[in-house]
Amino acid sequence: MSGPVLSIRGLRVGIRGRRGVEEIVRGVDLDVASAEKVGVVGESGSGKTLTMLSVLQLLPSPPLAVLGGRVLLDGEDLLTADARRLREVRGGEVAMVYQDPMSSLNPLTRVGRQIVEALRAHGTGDKVARARTREVLGEVGLPHPDRIERAFPHELSGGMLQRVMIAMALATSPKVLVADEPTTALDVTIQQQILELVSRLQASTSMSVVWVTHDLGVVAQLVDRVVVMYAGRVVERAPTHRLFAAPTHPYTAALLASLPGPEIGHRRPLHQIGGTPPDPSRLGAGCPFRARCPYAEQRCAEHEPELEERGAGSFAACWKDPGAWAR
Amino acid sequence: MLLGIVRRMLSMALTLFGVSVVIFVVLRLLPGNAVTASLGVSAGLLTHAQLAALNHFYGVGQPAIEQFFSWLGSTLSGNLGVSLASREPVSTLVGQPLLVTLELAAVAMVLGVLIGVGFGMVGAIRPGRWPDDVGQGVSVVGLAIPSFVIGTGLVTFLSSTFHYFPSSQGYVSFLQDPWLNLQQIFFPALTLSLGIGAAIMRTTRAAVLEVSGLNFTRTARGKGVSTQALVWRHLFLNALVPIVTMSGIQLGYLLGGTVIVEQIFVLPGLGRLLVSSINNRDFPVVQSVTLIFATGFVVVNMLVDVLYTIIDPRTRSR
Ligand SMILES: Nc1ncnc2c1ncn2[C@@H]1O[C@H](COP(=O)(O)OP(=O)(O)OP(=O)(O)O)[C@@H](O)[C@H]1O
Ligand code: SF4
Ligand SMILES: [Mg+2]
Repeated sequence: MSGPVLSIRGLRVGIRGRRGVEEIVRGVDLDVASAEKVGVVGESGSGKTLTMLSVLQLLPSPPLAVLGGRVLLDGEDLLTADARRLREVRGGEVAMVYQDPMSSLNPLTRVGRQIVEALRAHGTGDKVARARTREVLGEVGLPHPDRIERAFPHELSGGMLQRVMIAMALATSPKVLVADEPTTALDVTIQQQILELVSRLQASTSMSVVWVTHDLGVVAQLVDRVVVMYAGRVVERAPTHRLFAAPTHPYTAALLASLPGPEIGHRRPLHQIGGTPPDPSRLGAGCPFRARCPYAEQRCAEHEPELEERGAGSFAACWKDPGAWAR
Repeated sequence: MLLGIVRRMLSMALTLFGVSVVIFVVLRLLPGNAVTASLGVSAGLLTHAQLAALNHFYGVGQPAIEQFFSWLGSTLSGNLGVSLASREPVSTLVGQPLLVTLELAAVAMVLGVLIGVGFGMVGAIRPGRWPDDVGQGVSVVGLAIPSFVIGTGLVTFLSSTFHYFPSSQGYVSFLQDPWLNLQQIFFPALTLSLGIGAAIMRTTRAAVLEVSGLNFTRTARGKGVSTQALVWRHLFLNALVPIVTMSGIQLGYLLGGTVIVEQIFVLPGLGRLLVSSINNRDFPVVQSVTLIFATGFVVVNMLVDVLYTIIDPRTRSR
């Protein structure tokens, strides 16, 4: 196995406020191999988007800032790359689909132009770029690409815009596609289409995919590996089938328990487990999940567990082995 | 679309009509008329018969309503009337000054927009650096000091320190001597442009800063576009609506500002003509000049609206 294409190491992101720096992403590790599809799941506010934005240095800074860690693309640290190199990577080697499609396109420019612009920024000539734009718009299942390309964002629905965003990211055939909840505004059939498209593209181009989602159903269908985030940390990572068959972190177990029945093809948002995620400013020592954890004990309040191997490719950050959950 | 244009035209016509009425009323409220203005105190020595004859001669004897409608009627048919002071047709009298004022306004506007957009963009893209501070400083000065102070200061400075006073040999048109003409126009235009530039700068800076925090700006950066493309095609383009709005407002003010600045720099523009005509109670000229100013104002507003629809597809007919 060759090394990972994208590797996030000990990434820390914080917000600089009047009361000093508050850490929101607290040391995240994430590896994505070539042609691998990795799902990132976690409740709202767990730091998924901030982690992904850090990869291309797109955090709104101020107030947010990367406090530490490295983001390696084929071994090259992107956080220390110069502006020129960063521009090559952005949209060229690593492309992103953003969470809110309604506000993520320039309202005064035709959507086709915006895709052409992405292509031209990476050296494609105007004519080829236009043809390619029409092609990708068709690929993501938009009817009449020639009409869509001349539309302004306000003339398209949320679902259509989301597909435009996906088309824009795919247009340049990036090495890594980072998609932040790319299918939330889409209905099930379109979602299915997008997932199939991404899988197909992936098979033919060895593109790697990071798929951030609330939707465990999507995860089960699309990705090879799952990373579960909680309170700015990775609490579990495992091959998809392992995660569903034998979760090794109580939070993951709770997420799975909240799914409707064994048929995991269903859509179901993640925020349906009891309690609320902790306020990042008052985490204190100890496991961040302890207030909601049915297995919490004394040591959980004293020290925060690190990610540890649990066998068969699973890693979990928990003091207790699943075998000890029974009681 | 067509309906919109018709409605626009109607509202423009109404505005201009309103302005005409107001000017007419205000002028009749001023003490004195063309007769007293041209004869001064000796008007008091006239007999009743002489006064009536002169009033008839100047056309100021009829009832006000009658005067207004006869003026309106002839203006609508393209005849601006005859000056009471010089007996020349108003349209001839107004021609040259109109060109002077248009040139002054155009140069001032161009300078103002360059100063405003330039400093505004630089300030927004690198807030807090020294060019931003310079821009902010200039804008405070530009906004706080009225143009007549700046203008008087500039004239004093140029003439006493450099013995330089381009208007001293009388105004020359651009066609006669382009270089001298530009020298004569430049300083009054600069005077006017400081206030304009300051206002446009603030608007530009604020608008661009706002746009740079929006999601689509992040998308553009995430695509790897060049800084130039990011700045102009995304930030500037999306800041353009407020910038155009502010420019339109400033152009409106500018028309009033020319009156004062032409006075200070001895430029024979519409503003000077207006002031002297008011002093002479030369009502036909005053009315025409104010109407020209008002038309300019209305046209600017219309242009601003047209620009909106060009810039922002969301404002096009829904
Ligand atoms: N611009 C910002 N300014 C201040 N705080 C922010 C900002 N963006 C995010 N945060 C905070 O950082 C935390 C993590 O945000 P992030 O967007 O990464 O969460 P997420 O996991 O993507 O959630 P979601 O599923 O809702 O998208 C949140 O608690 C949020 O309040
Ligand atoms: S460390 Fe303790 S509190 Fe945290 S998940 Fe494990 S058992 Fe629960
Ligand atoms: Mg998010």
